Amino acid sequence: MESQIKAGQQADISVGIARDVFRNVRRAEADGRPILTQRARPFEDAARIFLILCAMLSIFTTIGILLVLGNESLLLFINEGLSLIEFLTGTEWRPQSGSFGILPLLSATIKTSVIAMLVATPLGLGAAIYLGEYAPQRLRAALKPILELLAGIPTVVYGYFAISFMTPLLRGLLNSPSFFNPNGTEILQFYNNVSPGIIMGIMIFPTIVSMSEDALSAVPRALREASYGLGATKFETIIRVILPAALSGIAAAIIVGLSRAVGETMIVALASGAGPNYDWNPFVFAETMTAHIARISSGDLSYGSVDYESLFSIGLTLFFLTLGLNILSRWITNKFREVYQ
Amino acid sequence: MSATNSGSAYSFELKDMNVYYSDKLAVDSVTLSIQARKITAFIGPSGCGKSTVLRALNRMNDLIPGAKVTGDVRFMGRNLYDPNVDPVEVRRRIGMVFQKPNPFPKSIYDNVAYGPRLLGIRQKSTLDDIVENSLKSAFLWDEVKGDLKKSGLALSGGQQQRLCIARTIAVEPEVILMDEPCSALDPIATQAIEDLMLELVKKYTIVIVTHNMGQAQRVSDFTAFYSIRKAAEADGIERRWGLLVEYAPTEQLFSRPTSEETERYIRGEFG
Amino acid sequence: MSAVEVPNTQPIDGRLLAGAEFTRQLAARQRRGRLWARFFSLSTVVAVVALITLLLSIINDAFGFVISTYRVDPTTLAPDGNLELLSNEELAALLPERRLGAYLRDNLSVVPPTEFPSVPLGQALPGAILPPGVAEKTFAETTVEERRSILANNLNVDLLASLVELDVVSEDVRETYTLIESLFERDRIEREYEEKFGGASATDTVKYFRSWLSLDFITAPQASSPEVAGIRTAILGTVWIMAITVVFSFIVGVGAAIYLEEYATGNNPLERFIETNIRNLAGVPSIIYGLLGLAVFVRVLEGITQGRTILSASLTMGLLVLPVIIINAQEALRAVPSSLREASFGLGATRWQTILRTVLPSAMPGILTGTILAMSRAIGETAPLIVIGASTTIFVDPSSVVSKFTALPIQIYDWTRRPQDDFRSIAAAGILVLLVLLIGLNATAIILRQRIRRSLQS
Repeated sequence: MESQIKAGQQADISVGIARDVFRNVRRAEADGRPILTQRARPFEDAARIFLILCAMLSIFTTIGILLVLGNESLLLFINEGLSLIEFLTGTEWRPQSGSFGILPLLSATIKTSVIAMLVATPLGLGAAIYLGEYAPQRLRAALKPILELLAGIPTVVYGYFAISFMTPLLRGLLNSPSFFNPNGTEILQFYNNVSPGIIMGIMIFPTIVSMSEDALSAVPRALREASYGLGATKFETIIRVILPAALSGIAAAIIVGLSRAVGETMIVALASGAGPNYDWNPFVFAETMTAHIARISSGDLSYGSVDYESLFSIGLTLFFLTLGLNILSRWITNKFREVYQ
Repeated sequence: MSATNSGSAYSFELKDMNVYYSDKLAVDSVTLSIQARKITAFIGPSGCGKSTVLRALNRMNDLIPGAKVTGDVRFMGRNLYDPNVDPVEVRRRIGMVFQKPNPFPKSIYDNVAYGPRLLGIRQKSTLDDIVENSLKSAFLWDEVKGDLKKSGLALSGGQQQRLCIARTIAVEPEVILMDEPCSALDPIATQAIEDLMLELVKKYTIVIVTHNMGQAQRVSDFTAFYSIRKAAEADGIERRWGLLVEYAPTEQLFSRPTSEETERYIRGEFG
Repeated sequence: MSAVEVPNTQPIDGRLLAGAEFTRQLAARQRRGRLWARFFSLSTVVAVVALITLLLSIINDAFGFVISTYRVDPTTLAPDGNLELLSNEELAALLPERRLGAYLRDNLSVVPPTEFPSVPLGQALPGAILPPGVAEKTFAETTVEERRSILANNLNVDLLASLVELDVVSEDVRETYTLIESLFERDRIEREYEEKFGGASATDTVKYFRSWLSLDFITAPQASSPEVAGIRTAILGTVWIMAITVVFSFIVGVGAAIYLEEYATGNNPLERFIETNIRNLAGVPSIIYGLLGLAVFVRVLEGITQGRTILSASLTMGLLVLPVIIINAQEALRAVPSSLREASFGLGATRWQTILRTVLPSAMPGILTGTILAMSRAIGETAPLIVIGASTTIFVDPSSVVSKFTALPIQIYDWTRRPQDDFRSIAAAGILVLLVLLIGLNATAIILRQRIRRSLQS
């Protein structure tokens, strides 16, 4: 310690030099005003305003979406003398001849989304339970990146997969003569809602797995232990204790998945068909809302035309549908949090 | 800067200072004056508000959303909470060393040069000078002079804390506030910091919050003892706040406390 | 919570199972558990199988035998049929005479196609190297030699070679086989080649193993025929779009995150609204962003963006990835220990100085990782680009932010929806290019993430 004190004494002299430097800085800043007085920092204020604007841009985006979709839809409704009832219940979508019933497009969206959820929910939940409760640590570590990879594949690639693999496979199975189809009639058309639905299910699968797994792992240990302590088997504990406790988290996962299915474009644009078709049979072609927007806008679309405006009315429907689902899912998640915190 | 040298003998004068967090009273009506170029220790049980008072002295509480300070807090005669006062300059003049050593994830040199650079000092030779002197003043120079490019995080806990002190000295403050600076350190490192404080007090006013009554007795000239008051509210929730119980020269406070509560605390029957 | 059936070996009033009966019942319960466990693990296997099948089906389409007919056998033109070994002049000499005007008009002219024949070449082809005296002539007044010389001097060798391939060699892929067929059904392929095309004795037909993903495919410009079409134009379009998107969304996204984490107090209703709003925007389908971009960037701001251009696409993509970048950046900022901020403030730093010198450097690796991941999502986004009007008939590389454009996923979409097999094959090759880009981006993000972990440990 003695040597350190010596070092301190040596420092005394040289600190004097540094003090001189600071005296200049201080004299400059204290020039003509009492100490500590607030000083203008224009750069600081400018930075703050810039940052606020950045944050506000997200609000402008929402307003922009609502304005753009709302404005063009309103024009369509006014110019075409369309009523909301007609729009929501009409069974024909032919803008050129003045028919604006969203049902053909909506029904196709519902068909593909329901098929996707029928695939993604049991598989996703099963995989989440396996990964969270059964899989050994190392297998888990190996499987997680595979799920991330599946989640990262662009949807246009899934669309390619649907049309070049799943559709021919299903057509081969269903259309060739068999016990169920002795004459080999064409049950499944080339464009249909089943194949894109299944592929969409695979696309959504990773979302459901990761969100459900989070929900499962949030179930307090004490609950599991209570169940095991009463002599329940592992499976009984999962089904009767863990799943019910995680139900709202799982519901939120399913709703987020559904919202993604409703908004998904590329898979259906490639594999569901090139025209609206009001038919609840999933084996025939029928264009979804998103696929219709993609097809019509990829042609030469003139601004202000009926086609142009009608796209925005579909977009508005889609926006409210997905927004509603997302809000519902967050509401459920928040409720869930309240229970365990 | 001459105020400390020639003006009032007090660095801080607090009168009826209250601190609130989100409208809840945290510290009730503190009145005390802190002498310049002396070491003043704040002691008391956990939650008594001693750190809160310390952080009020350089407006560090401003950074906590919902924190509010009322009453009169004067630094060198000027009200710190006057709307015209610049909190940035306040913190430059009133440095702070924290409970857990918090060097930046930068080199030792850049840690010490951080403050001077904020002030616009760019010249390499001047910065070198300041870094060397500050490290010497913090008794750290001999240990690190060969390797100033090393990360500050690679030092031992005690060295990190001395680096933080060097960093504080580098902006030439008038006061150094220390919030339990030794609580994360071993006895040998603690000893080094205590020796350093006794050296630094020749040039700076030091206010230290400590849990360790031995430390307060060893280093401080004055000691303020804070305690907790509790009250049950109508809604059944218990409210707690801190207040200043006794403030006296250290020797007097530990040998002849006027308050029974102080006496019990220093005998170890409390908290 | 529903009541758990409580087995107990001590019979109470004889209502619960005991002894051998209980053991039997327990064995049955365990069996049921194992059965379900198998289903759970099977669901996981489905994911793995799906991924493998997906990759295999793409590879299956991207490589395999083809049977092609040529108008001119390329081996008669260049050694091994490799046209790129020829010089510009040799290639220009091969080009068909009647198409020379079209080449000049499509690849070099800056005037509208209808005006091209009537304008002096010096004006139609500014900046081009022209033979002496040609600048004042209109196209019709030039000789064939002069036309060939202009092409040879002003087009690069790749483009000339692909023009020769397209219009002289004119390969026409008549049959394509998948990789699996090529490996396991060689006899059938051989037989079909014999029966339909006359086999090896035919002069204008060849059967060869074609890798649709090749260096030529990556470096050749987009073209309307799948035999010569390349992906360069689309890759460049994607690179341009991503470059502008990342600049825009990084600055704005990190700015917004800084505001929300470093300035916001947390109990201001506007800030809470911004937070909720960002989370809602993250769930809006990408095609809606396309409609927003179409109406705002393409139509309303046409004066700035020039309509359906790279700039419009980038701004649309920027808005699309913004919520993801903000959310990731917020997380990275939140991970910076508050002790560092206190240390900086304690030394008399202003808020902005603290952010710039302490908080951002610490959070930067995390912010960059998040940004790269957001970009890897954006790079495959197709729907918004379709809506704002990417063109699939662009054959020239983009040259500025207001160029018309095509992009990788757009090209894949366009090729996939064509019914012909050879388009399916170049779509598969395009997908492989896209996936390699994606894996590259993700690997960068993973390496960055590990760096952070290591630096936090030291």
